[in-house]
Amino acid sequence: MAKKVRALILRTAGTNCDLETAYAFKMAGADPVLMHVNAVIEKRSVIDSSDILAIPGGFTYGDDIASGKVLANQLKNSLRNELSRFVASGRLVIGICNGFQVLVKMGFLPAVSSVPGDSIDATLSLNDSGKFESRWVYLRGPENGKCVWTRGLLPVIEMPVAHGEGKFIPKDPGVLSKLKKNGQVVFRYCDPSGNDAGYPFNPNGSVEALAGICDPGGRILGMMPHPERHVTYLQHPNWRRRGPKASGMGIGLEVFRSGVSFARKHL
Amino acid sequence: MKYTLKEERHHRIEVRDKHGIYDAVAEGLKRDIDDLGVDTVTGVEYIQVYTLIGDVTAKEMTLIGRELLADKISQEYRLGRFKFRNSSKVHVVEIAYNPGVMDPVVDSAMKAIRDMGISSVKSLHTSKKYVLAGSITSKQASFIADRLLYNKLIQNVVTHEEGEKHLKPYLFRRVEVELAGLGDKDLIRLSKDRQLYLNLEEMRTIQAYFRKLKRAPTDCELETLAQTWSEHCKHKTMMGAVRYNGRFIKNLLKQTVVKVTEDLKKPWCVSVFKDNAGIIRFDDKNNVCFKVETHNHPSALEPYGGAGTGIGGVIRDPMGTGLGSKPVLNTDVFCFGIPDAPASKVPRGALHPKRVFKGVVSGVRDYGNKMGIPTVNGAVCFDERYTGNPLVFCGNVGIMPRKYSFKKVSAGDLIVAVGGRTGRDGIHGATFSSAELTHESETISSTAVQIGNPITEKKVLDTMLRARDLGLYEAVTDCGAGGFSSAVGEMGEDTGAEVYLDRAPLKYGGLEPWEIWVSEAQERMVLSVKPKKLKKLLDVFSSENVEATVIGKFTNDKKLKLFFKDHIVADLDMSFIHGGLPRLVRNASWKPVKEDPSKLPKHPARLDNDLMKVLSSWNVCSKEWIIRQYDHEVQGGSVLKPLSGVDNDGPQDASVNRPLLDSDRGIALSNGINPAYGDIDPYWMAASAIDEALRQITAVGGDIDKTAILDNFCWGNTDKPEQLGGLVRAAEACRDMALVFGTPFISGKDSLNNEFNTGKKTVSIPPTLLISAISVIEDCSRTVSSDMKKKGNLIYVIGMTYQEMGGSRYFIEKGFKGGVVPRVRPDLSRKTMKSLHAAIKKGFVRSCHDLSEGGLAVALSEMLFAGGLGARVDLSRMPRKKSITRDDVLIFSESNSRFLVEIEPSRNDRFKTAMKGIPMGLIGEVDDTGTMTVLGLSGKVAIQCGIDIMKDAWKKPIYKVMHG
Repeated sequence: MAKKVRALILRTAGTNCDLETAYAFKMAGADPVLMHVNAVIEKRSVIDSSDILAIPGGFTYGDDIASGKVLANQLKNSLRNELSRFVASGRLVIGICNGFQVLVKMGFLPAVSSVPGDSIDATLSLNDSGKFESRWVYLRGPENGKCVWTRGLLPVIEMPVAHGEGKFIPKDPGVLSKLKKNGQVVFRYCDPSGNDAGYPFNPNGSVEALAGICDPGGRILGMMPHPERHVTYLQHPNWRRRGPKASGMGIGLEVFRSGVSFARKHL
Repeated sequence: MKYTLKEERHHRIEVRDKHGIYDAVAEGLKRDIDDLGVDTVTGVEYIQVYTLIGDVTAKEMTLIGRELLADKISQEYRLGRFKFRNSSKVHVVEIAYNPGVMDPVVDSAMKAIRDMGISSVKSLHTSKKYVLAGSITSKQASFIADRLLYNKLIQNVVTHEEGEKHLKPYLFRRVEVELAGLGDKDLIRLSKDRQLYLNLEEMRTIQAYFRKLKRAPTDCELETLAQTWSEHCKHKTMMGAVRYNGRFIKNLLKQTVVKVTEDLKKPWCVSVFKDNAGIIRFDDKNNVCFKVETHNHPSALEPYGGAGTGIGGVIRDPMGTGLGSKPVLNTDVFCFGIPDAPASKVPRGALHPKRVFKGVVSGVRDYGNKMGIPTVNGAVCFDERYTGNPLVFCGNVGIMPRKYSFKKVSAGDLIVAVGGRTGRDGIHGATFSSAELTHESETISSTAVQIGNPITEKKVLDTMLRARDLGLYEAVTDCGAGGFSSAVGEMGEDTGAEVYLDRAPLKYGGLEPWEIWVSEAQERMVLSVKPKKLKKLLDVFSSENVEATVIGKFTNDKKLKLFFKDHIVADLDMSFIHGGLPRLVRNASWKPVKEDPSKLPKHPARLDNDLMKVLSSWNVCSKEWIIRQYDHEVQGGSVLKPLSGVDNDGPQDASVNRPLLDSDRGIALSNGINPAYGDIDPYWMAASAIDEALRQITAVGGDIDKTAILDNFCWGNTDKPEQLGGLVRAAEACRDMALVFGTPFISGKDSLNNEFNTGKKTVSIPPTLLISAISVIEDCSRTVSSDMKKKGNLIYVIGMTYQEMGGSRYFIEKGFKGGVVPRVRPDLSRKTMKSLHAAIKKGFVRSCHDLSEGGLAVALSEMLFAGGLGARVDLSRMPRKKSITRDDVLIFSESNSRFLVEIEPSRNDRFKTAMKGIPMGLIGEVDDTGTMTVLGLSGKVAIQCGIDIMKDAWKKPIYKVMHG
């Protein structure tokens, strides 16, 4: 029998994409375990017994102070050792939207030249439009196969974004060039043909239209767009334009399948 | 925040964006300042201020500033104050919350500081500092602050270093209000002075009750009665008797809206007009419930807080329905003044419509998004008369397993308060919302306004549903208007209840018992719990940091007893509280407006310009600016989004969502509203609103036989017979139409006294009825959108066009009054909708859009530019009343029960068979010219326009007034 892949989905006050994220993992063949951060702190061993850690979208602790900041602070202060061990052992992490913000603010991403968690190299800040925006975007996929979450993806894919603070800003040009050199760039916002384009294709003003990045090892993925909101064709805004016979899965499911399949084979 | 006597040390940390980082907040503010006509501000700097209280060391302060408060990449912090970047002339305005107003950041920041292992910070508060550079006077600075930076109801300008503002501790004293011997005048004065808003007869009834008891009422008792008997809670007018045109209507609501539901006897109606929301069957295992209500007066005074607590409050309705449902959809509908009205047109005491608009949208956005509930459908109407009294309708749908649809309170159950703490916020909301707004409302009603904390409500939701699934409580209701008084009063109506007010967790000290009892502080639910399950229940809540406290118990003496420590502060019969209210008998009258179909404006040679005007009118134009700010995809169930089409920006009719991820069953949701018709006849306004809501359901593929509707009446002062007459007509239309359509009402609400008194005159809102519809869709993959799909497809108009131009957008934009308001012919309308539903279900229809404001012209334009296609259509092929001779009537008439559909030629025959007996006309064909050409009755071109130009006109107005 194939190995069971256990995906720990962390939630806390204000998490709100936990159920659909768990559902996407289930569709991808994993065993999702949904847990409140308080329960994880009480039973730390659950981290060690998981293959994948997912931090879903939402507004943890209201995104007060800054988005993802209070949960990042809590994880850093309460579960640092367990999480460091988890990533050091090569297990997988995905942070979507608010989860991406948490990973960046913990220093788990982009971690261009250090152990995840040791330094803060980037931030996600207020959209250039000054407000929360929900819209479908086009994403240009990775140029290499480094990231274990995105193997086999089409070159241009569609997903929705829904955030107020998604503008990716690296600390300095050095961080940006390392990101690129290390092959950590996973997704960029683009136009339908895959070309660079301004607002609203780049919905938040992210530097170099960065929408998703991974760590240098390719096992920690953070992205602002929501793959869990495109796991069936019915979620696509224009499935009806494909004709009456539209059917099938949504492209976002590929992200979960890719991660779960890697975990099954290698963890 | 606990009350402390010791003066603690205050430590200030300032945080701002680093130089060179684009500050969207400051940039947006700068543009708004330019809008105010102050053009000498050269730059704006925004600084977030945290003041920590306690014996905090410098090392700890540095750690908090560096690791928590400031973003390492984009921001910088300073212990104390920053030096200004701009060394020339600056004005500094610092805004803080008033004492007692909820500051949601405090809880999160305190938690984070504790997580860091720092225990010396006892409390904190935040403020916002704006540095305005440029040569402006102090007067201009305070003008800017007043208009843009703060609302004095909840905030203040910090003028100097302040200490923590303490509220005094409360020392118990029993307060009795002597009623014996008071004459009519004194009773009225008492009602007014205490903001009870009770009328003379009600005051006399209370006086007589206590005369019999041979004692004076306590303040708690009077407040309980005023709250329970308020128009807001008791719906005295709708439930009251009316003398109307020689008829005596015993109970308006029961004889109209409620009656039709009883008559229709739909087996899928599970619980109607009883619980906090109406419940209908969804599938074999689940029910859904739906509630829409208004939060008008708070939104008029403090748009952000008012709208936020509006949506927060209506979400708690489905949460408090049955044993609790999971909220899955939000809807919202607003009525505002004109967003670009000159300041001189805005009466004193009213906020500018643009500020109301912006604040309301932000409030709904922040609360709805943070609750993780998709906001999927809505509408906005604009009319000058909404300036002083805007309308904010918020709705929510919840889903629950069928077995949780009912609740039962038993004697001996404990009363457990869950969620937010009680504060002085929201006192007198129920009574205040039942009164007229005046230019002085902002000073007398400030405590009725509050700020919500969605994360508290989200935590309550998460834990409450866990407790529900574990079977740990017997009943639940939300604390809405009237707070504990309303929640406990309703739950204990058949049993009796004792409440120990001193046990309710408070935000701060100093509250009097009656304030605790009627406070409408947000995010609170009340549960009825068996004593043996209490421990387990409390454990569930505490595991996720939600406060839950026993505040009393349900009894079997049918009395309401309130205690503060050992003192009894209220002792009332439940029967008097709920049944003692004297019945209101009111007079209503109605004088029909003379409708003349022949009164028409001069017909221009071409109608292109009129089309542009209509497309860019506030009511018709794109609401994308609003829609994008709502997360309409969270929970992953979106099947038809509010905007879609080639560029994802075409307007859709009803929304369609799948509430369960593993099922293709869905919910269609729509709203019908058109106040402009109400100026002519509220009867046809109501009929049209029902027709519109059902049209939208039909247009996406829904079945009106699986559709339930909700009413929300917003009216002016119904003490005035002509206002009440209009209300009677609207209610009767609801009954007449729903009966023929076969769509039961399952819940509803009314908000009366929507008037604004400028001090000189009273402006009443136009009579406004919102009809919201919910429909269960068997298979979401059988739904259609409104964007045209393919060149070569056929375009049909379905339904008859009449010369019904009264209240039409075309007339309004031309400044032309008169005409006949659109009628509804419900038998034909029902038949049309049933046939169209069948055709869509069978897959014959590629796209469908209903004809509403702006008529054929707007619907066709929207379908074409949404699909990026063109068309040539011929008006002479429209099914129409023979007497119509004018193109503008055919193009802009707003006759009800009409649709535009797109049919593939290969399915044309089958489509025609499905629609047999329904008036319809093949008016043209889809092409790829990117141009809409409309041929008039004479065969000449009436409109010829590129879709990009039309789309531009339609898309820009709100972005323009809001600066992107």
